[in-house]
Amino acid sequence: MTAYYSSLGMVTSAVLYLVAMAMHAAEWASVRTSRTSRTRRTKEPATVAVVAGGTRSDWESSDSEAAPARTRREDVLGRMGLAITVIAAFTHVLGVVLRGVAAGRAPWGNMYEFVTTSLAIAVLTYLVLAWKFGMRWLGLPVTLLLTIGQGLAVTVFYVDVAELMPALHSVWFVIHIIAAATSGAAFNIGGIAAILYLIRSRDEELGGSGGYLSRLPSAEVIDRISYRFLAFAFPLWTFTVAAGAIWAQYAWGRFWGWDPKETMSLVTWIIYAGYLHARATVGWKGRRAAIVAIVGLASFWFNFVGINLLVSGLHSYSGIQR
Amino acid sequence: MSVARELVSWLRFAWATLSSMRTALILLLVLGIAAIPGSLLPQRPTNPIGVSDYLAANPVWAPWLDRLGFFDVFGSVWFAAIYLLLFISLIGCILPRTATYLKALRDLPSAPPGSLDRLPGHTAGTAVGTPAAVLDAAEAHLRARRYRVRREADSVSAERGYLRETGNLVFHICLVLTLIGLAWGSLFSFKGTAIIVEGQAFSNTLTQYDEFGAGAAFAPSQLSPFTLKLDDFEVKFETGPVQQGAARDFTAHVTVTDADGATTRQVLEVNGPLSVGSNNVHLLGHGYAPVVTVRDGSGQVAFSGPVVFLPQDANFRSEGVIKAPDARPERLAFEGIFLPTASSSGSGGMVSVFPDALNPQLLVNVWAGPPKAETGAPENVYALDKTGLTQLTKGGGDPLRAGLEVGTTYQLPDGRGSLSFDGWKRWTKLQISTSPGGWLVLVSVMLAVLGMAVSLTIRPRRLFVRVHPETTTTRLSVAGLDRVEGRGGLTDEVAALVAACGLEATLAATDDEEEQ
Ligand code: HEM
Repeated sequence: MTAYYSSLGMVTSAVLYLVAMAMHAAEWASVRTSRTSRTRRTKEPATVAVVAGGTRSDWESSDSEAAPARTRREDVLGRMGLAITVIAAFTHVLGVVLRGVAAGRAPWGNMYEFVTTSLAIAVLTYLVLAWKFGMRWLGLPVTLLLTIGQGLAVTVFYVDVAELMPALHSVWFVIHIIAAATSGAAFNIGGIAAILYLIRSRDEELGGSGGYLSRLPSAEVIDRISYRFLAFAFPLWTFTVAAGAIWAQYAWGRFWGWDPKETMSLVTWIIYAGYLHARATVGWKGRRAAIVAIVGLASFWFNFVGINLLVSGLHSYSGIQR
Repeated sequence: MSVARELVSWLRFAWATLSSMRTALILLLVLGIAAIPGSLLPQRPTNPIGVSDYLAANPVWAPWLDRLGFFDVFGSVWFAAIYLLLFISLIGCILPRTATYLKALRDLPSAPPGSLDRLPGHTAGTAVGTPAAVLDAAEAHLRARRYRVRREADSVSAERGYLRETGNLVFHICLVLTLIGLAWGSLFSFKGTAIIVEGQAFSNTLTQYDEFGAGAAFAPSQLSPFTLKLDDFEVKFETGPVQQGAARDFTAHVTVTDADGATTRQVLEVNGPLSVGSNNVHLLGHGYAPVVTVRDGSGQVAFSGPVVFLPQDANFRSEGVIKAPDARPERLAFEGIFLPTASSSGSGGMVSVFPDALNPQLLVNVWAGPPKAETGAPENVYALDKTGLTQLTKGGGDPLRAGLEVGTTYQLPDGRGSLSFDGWKRWTKLQISTSPGGWLVLVSVMLAVLGMAVSLTIRPRRLFVRVHPETTTTRLSVAGLDRVEGRGGLTDEVAALVAACGLEATLAATDDEEEQ
């Protein structure tokens, strides 16, 4: 019964994320700005936000300054999107918790449980960002990610509640999974910010389209937000890989065996190391860094979905019968 | 000689190029790209069957991939070349950076640049008090905020965040140590597997291994003596409707006798390896060994005991060969299939429907032939060499097939003897290995994570104050500089410093506040 309510919560959240996404899409589409306000924007880049850094204004969209006043309709749509996301997040987290209750263990035993947990962390992070730092402008891409992710989870990845296979009985496994889910959430938000950065910087180059894009913070701020998430995720991912290696040492007697999963994790790690490195030292800020971040995210997803489903290895614990 | 000089200058150029950050970065990305085929193509060391399947399926280009080492990427020369170059490059960049860092640790922060008004957050104003008093106040404020301060006659410069570089160097050095640990491990370690039936024992000598592999620097004489007896092996499978038959629990009870002769009873589980001296013992797999007795035509017992059968599917349909070379007048052999939970399939054959032994059955074909001269050549225990043997057939010429349940005996036709299926035992496949250097890898990876976390969270900042005496007040100029991006709050911190200096009036606030 608990398992049934868990699934119900997950499916409900997937549907609600879709509705929230539609709201945010309508919000984006409803923005119209006049010619004058557009030119004003381009003359006054949001330097205040850039320099003020960690203060609230850094994270917030720059519309309080130069962008045109919000229309009522747009604001209502955005608020509704956020409100629906809150409800969806509630049923989503409930789904994860009940899944754990139904299984009588932490709900990280297979791919379905892992995706839903990681996405729950992502949505909670987003809600904190939206509430504390006024980052509701992440709404459309985040709800898009959540809709796709939860949608895939409840349709493709779903497996019934079952006990863990013996190889997964390990504290290191638990540590490994928590770290992976958390860094996965941060990689995803950082990657979304990188995509928004590319769109926004292109928009700025063209002199501002005046649409919803002008509601976003300046490209520079988005770039830095992306960096912060990835810089948070990277050490955690390193730890994830290390904890996985320790677990492998316990389970299989070797900490590294070039298993497809291990290899792709290393490749992902290397891409993000390249990202941080290039940024920190070679000065590849902006466009090129954003592209590397997006490649890193693609590699993360491929490692997760592609390797689990396409290539067989010791990590074939998706529990999905092929 | 000019040749020698040219060589030196060439070497110097090569070293400078190799140890540059850009080269390291490129090598790193190349390493990442090179690892991808290793995760997508089947690899010989982990999946030899996959490789031969792949070769058969792609006869045109797979042999080329094979020649280029794509089926053993991580053992290939080019992969080794990339990581060796990266390793050298890494050392090449760490050494000079460490030297610079040690020097910077002893030095005071650098003096302020000529003019502060181009720096971020620049603020100018006037303050009450003498220049010395203003600088004292600034210095006290900065020291309280744990800046390292350099005081000059007309200026104060301060710096914070030295730990960033510390963390960064720790990270890079630990990366090198990790690689050293890995290399050490692969040179001096060994790994082998052995199959042990319940009630039997394994002793740690080369001949007892089924598979054995060791690093280049490992000698078999280094195997430490111990014996391990498998007393009992328990398994549990999922009986519920979800994932029915999936493995749930494996526990092996073993008795270990170490090099000193001390005997202990221990428990070995999938995630609970044993350590015996420097050896790790892991539980890798399990299966069934039917216990049989073969009697020959003269009524003598020609073979008796458990025979290891290898599992073929998830429900442990297992195959094996029972050999009785000493049977007389004819030697006998049986090709067998063991079904732990036998059930007839729709098409008339027999299958196993559950991995646990709920309804065990043994199906055999029978082979017989004249006795063979003992050659001493090693024989594969899992395959039957059929030279000199003929298969017994039923009347119609079909191969003779017998199905036995536990406790039954099958009489071979024409008084050739009999086969009794006395019972079954479980066997476990154990892996015995050492991982020298493992602790080094572990410690350095953990330190690397720590160092990286430090270097990513600490963002060094410099602040400058310069004063110009005026008649009753002091004119001051304050600015800051962040050495890395991603840190906010510079203007706030400059403002706090300005306030601490006793600012009376702001002069011209700059509008040029872009980050550098
Ligand atoms: C020629 C060799 C190398 C040099 C000169 C070098 C130099 C640096 C420098 C200067 C930084 C930090 C920049 C700053 O202070 O903000 C850094 C960061 C970093 N390096 Fe390297 N590095 C080298 C090789 C490598 C290699 C092979 C890796 C392998 C993964 C690596 C991984 C990292 C990572 C993950 C960071 C991020 C930490 C941070 O941003 O502070 N580096 N490196």
